[in-house]
Amino acid sequence: MEAIEKANALAVERILTSDPVLIDVMPARDVVPGLKDGMILHAGPPIEWDRMCGPMKGAITGIAVYEGWASDLADAEAKAAAGDFEFHPNHHFDCVGPMTGMTTVSQPMLVVENRTFGNRAYCAINEGLGKVMRFGGNDAEVLDRLRWLRDDFGPALGGAIRHNGGLELKNIIARGLTMGDEMHQRNVACSGLTLRALAPAMAETATDNAVLAKALAFIAGNDQFFLNIAMAMGKSMTDAARGIDGSSIVTSMSRNGTDFGVRVSGTGDQWFVAPVEMPEGLYFPGYSEADANPDMGDSAIVETIGLGGFAMGASPAVAGFVGAGSASDAGNFTRAMGEITAAESPEWTIPAMDYLGVPTGIDIRLVVDTGLAPTINTGIAHRKPGIGQVGAGVVKAPMECFTQALAAFADRMGVS
Amino acid sequence: MSDAIKDLLAGPVKVVNIGLEGFEAELSAQDVEVVQVDWSPPAGGDPKLADLLSKLGA
Amino acid sequence: MAHVLNEVRRGFYLDSVALMRMSRAIAGMDGVEEAALMMGTPANHEIMADARLLADAGKTAGGGDLLIGIRATSQPVAEAALAEATALLDAPATRGDGAAYRPKSLRAAVGMLPGANLALISVPGDFAVAEARKAIRRGLNAMIFSDNVDIEAEAALKAEARELGRLVMGPDCGTAIIAGTPLAFANVVPRGSIGMIGASGTGLQEVTCLVAQHGGGISHAIGVGGRDLKAEVGGISTLMAIEALAADPGTDSIVLIAKPPAGDVAKAVLEALEIGGKPAVICFMGAAEMELPENVRQCFSLKNTAFAALGEKPTTPAPPSMQASDSEEILGLFAGGTLCAEAQVILRDAGQTVRSNAPVTGISTQDGDGHLMLDLGDDDYTRGRPHPMIDPTVRNDAFIDALARTDLAAILCDVVIGYGAHGDPAGHLVALVSAHGTDTSPVLITSVCGTDGDPQGRAGQIAKLEEAGIHVAPSNADAAKWALAAIGAG
Repeated sequence: MEAIEKANALAVERILTSDPVLIDVMPARDVVPGLKDGMILHAGPPIEWDRMCGPMKGAITGIAVYEGWASDLADAEAKAAAGDFEFHPNHHFDCVGPMTGMTTVSQPMLVVENRTFGNRAYCAINEGLGKVMRFGGNDAEVLDRLRWLRDDFGPALGGAIRHNGGLELKNIIARGLTMGDEMHQRNVACSGLTLRALAPAMAETATDNAVLAKALAFIAGNDQFFLNIAMAMGKSMTDAARGIDGSSIVTSMSRNGTDFGVRVSGTGDQWFVAPVEMPEGLYFPGYSEADANPDMGDSAIVETIGLGGFAMGASPAVAGFVGAGSASDAGNFTRAMGEITAAESPEWTIPAMDYLGVPTGIDIRLVVDTGLAPTINTGIAHRKPGIGQVGAGVVKAPMECFTQALAAFADRMGVS
Repeated sequence: MSDAIKDLLAGPVKVVNIGLEGFEAELSAQDVEVVQVDWSPPAGGDPKLADLLSKLGA
Repeated sequence: MAHVLNEVRRGFYLDSVALMRMSRAIAGMDGVEEAALMMGTPANHEIMADARLLADAGKTAGGGDLLIGIRATSQPVAEAALAEATALLDAPATRGDGAAYRPKSLRAAVGMLPGANLALISVPGDFAVAEARKAIRRGLNAMIFSDNVDIEAEAALKAEARELGRLVMGPDCGTAIIAGTPLAFANVVPRGSIGMIGASGTGLQEVTCLVAQHGGGISHAIGVGGRDLKAEVGGISTLMAIEALAADPGTDSIVLIAKPPAGDVAKAVLEALEIGGKPAVICFMGAAEMELPENVRQCFSLKNTAFAALGEKPTTPAPPSMQASDSEEILGLFAGGTLCAEAQVILRDAGQTVRSNAPVTGISTQDGDGHLMLDLGDDDYTRGRPHPMIDPTVRNDAFIDALARTDLAAILCDVVIGYGAHGDPAGHLVALVSAHGTDTSPVLITSVCGTDGDPQGRAGQIAKLEEAGIHVAPSNADAAKWALAAIGAG
């Protein structure tokens, strides 16, 4: 169908010609359109309290206490169950968030502007490893860190970014790919490049040396610091490709720990939802599959733009997560994802694969046809709230999301 | 005669083999350029969906 | 009581992923409760302490040191696990086989083979049209070996292919030779100026091989599938093939082999041949004489078709001397459908009563009297089993029964070689005859469809058959004639 090919070419062109720039860090209240007190944005497609998984509930109770909407976790839980909070997907508010993906009014948000199309996308700041809210952590240590991010770190980072006139992200990704990052499970190079780009400005704009030292140490100590930047970037790029009539290109893939949701450019804002799958991977000592929470987070936005599992060939170290895969097999993941995507990125290339461009623009037709589900690199949360990350691995997007999407798409196209 | 058919008859034949791997082996043995598709039933083995997909240009 | 054992390797770095994989391997050993290999960072110390993996020895590990922790049911087990961990650390890095990527889809395959011009499709019939549609929309021509394809789907596919200017050979296309390349069931024949179109696989094989055996050559042999000339399909592929060969500079004359087409389709085909202008020979197996354009000749057997294409008079070798028989019945056991049809026509035209499971015009079905000509490659025999050309054992039972019969004068059969066919069909047949023994049995008459260029080698196959006392005629038609001679009707 000529019309589909044209529409897809346009969607992919929009993704590829996007110019995402990290321009600021601002409180969500001031920048996220439509976000109000009492609203809690979460990862994945829409979900009601009763169906949420343990870590999601844990994060919600924690964030309610952090926002001062509940006196303690028990109070927060009672209020959540009573319907006192409004739950919405991040994706409905130009936001994304890793794992549980909590977004509320007083969180500092990374602001990425897509300069080609003028749209913006937002993501909270990565809290680091260990006990953190994105894995459902909600104790005092977790909430204190969030307060520090809000009060000290966010303003310091935002000031530095503004001082530099923004941080252009495409180039950082391009370099990160040559340095072994795939921007989902491995962000060590991009985090370092970001620190290198921002540290001088952070020093320049600092008013308190102790705050500066702690802020620099925070970035330096978090290999995944860049993940949230990459996610906001991905959101700003895929949003530019939304709502193109006749396009079968995926604009969101996202999980809430219970359901996996997919949205497609040519089918508007409809979510195609199926139960999430269990990640397969490696566990930290003392943990096993029995402890694992099902797949969760908006972070699959990076796969939607050709990174993460799609750029596995750039990141042989991460390929080991798959289990049987050897480093030299990593490229085959990227090649397989090339079978379900419409284009190769001309700017983001993988040296070890003869500068093959990362596979970009997931086409639901090709997913269903080949039976090749998008491969997503992911962290694994403990299924109980408050414990945190227990491993990392790979998960497949459920095929059912894509068959549903295809049926709706064919219907729209008048093909039967 | 269309260009595609003219190109085929002018040779050399370059084959994408979908199905029996024996054909791929025989063609390779004759130095014919051939790529074997690691085929499995499309659309999880649902012929109706497979048909729909081919009409949607998969 | 659990035994915890630690070891520290100073200044030894390994990627955490590699370490996690080793940890999992060690933790999976019998008697090992938990194991971890981690860099000795403070965070990792905490994790290992929580997992009850840290002993005093491990507490000295710094961030640049590797810390191994093992908790096991006994000290010897812990020590063995530690030895295993050390061995894993010291083992050379495993390498993948770096195997070439195998594409999952036609789309990706085309990306890997720029200039691909033909999709050869042999997937289950339910999916064949979908794959072929993808191929033609990507600019490829398609050869569909698969059968069990819905005829309406075939017609729709071919109509789209005509629109796009792509050739669709099949469904149920067993044989083609394009630009010198044999595809699926085909023989190695020299290139030449005779272009062929066939709705039947063995028909094309027999005529291309006879042409080759008599010094001719083939430009292309285009298969169109058994139903192309039916009214429902309208001969779309045949007409496109005629047009293509008429325009092909390497083709001087055209041969068309098929079952008798539907009336309107026959008319369209003859018109196309007339417009094409090149000399043409048609063989509509079993059909009566037709009114023809000036440049078209009609033949009634594959053999005569081959000779007409060569511009030569057919030669008919005298039958060999065969043992006399009281019986007058011939049994035909064929792997090739069109070879079976040709035998029926020859017996019918000699005034014999013939019956068949795949009857041509004027022949009755299986029941009743007359010489029975069985097409053992017919759907009834091959459902859920391989075709007898691929696996000759599927006609074993029929042969064993026939050899034991005293009321048969002759068994008439075919031996088909070439690409796709069994590696030694003559040897297989000879083994059956040898197993039966040499007591009174019907004479065996056959022919070998193939060439000396085929992987099996025609001369070698003939020698094997003759050594076993089987009569080998130069062609399938001659074999049928010899069978007539065996009952005194030749």
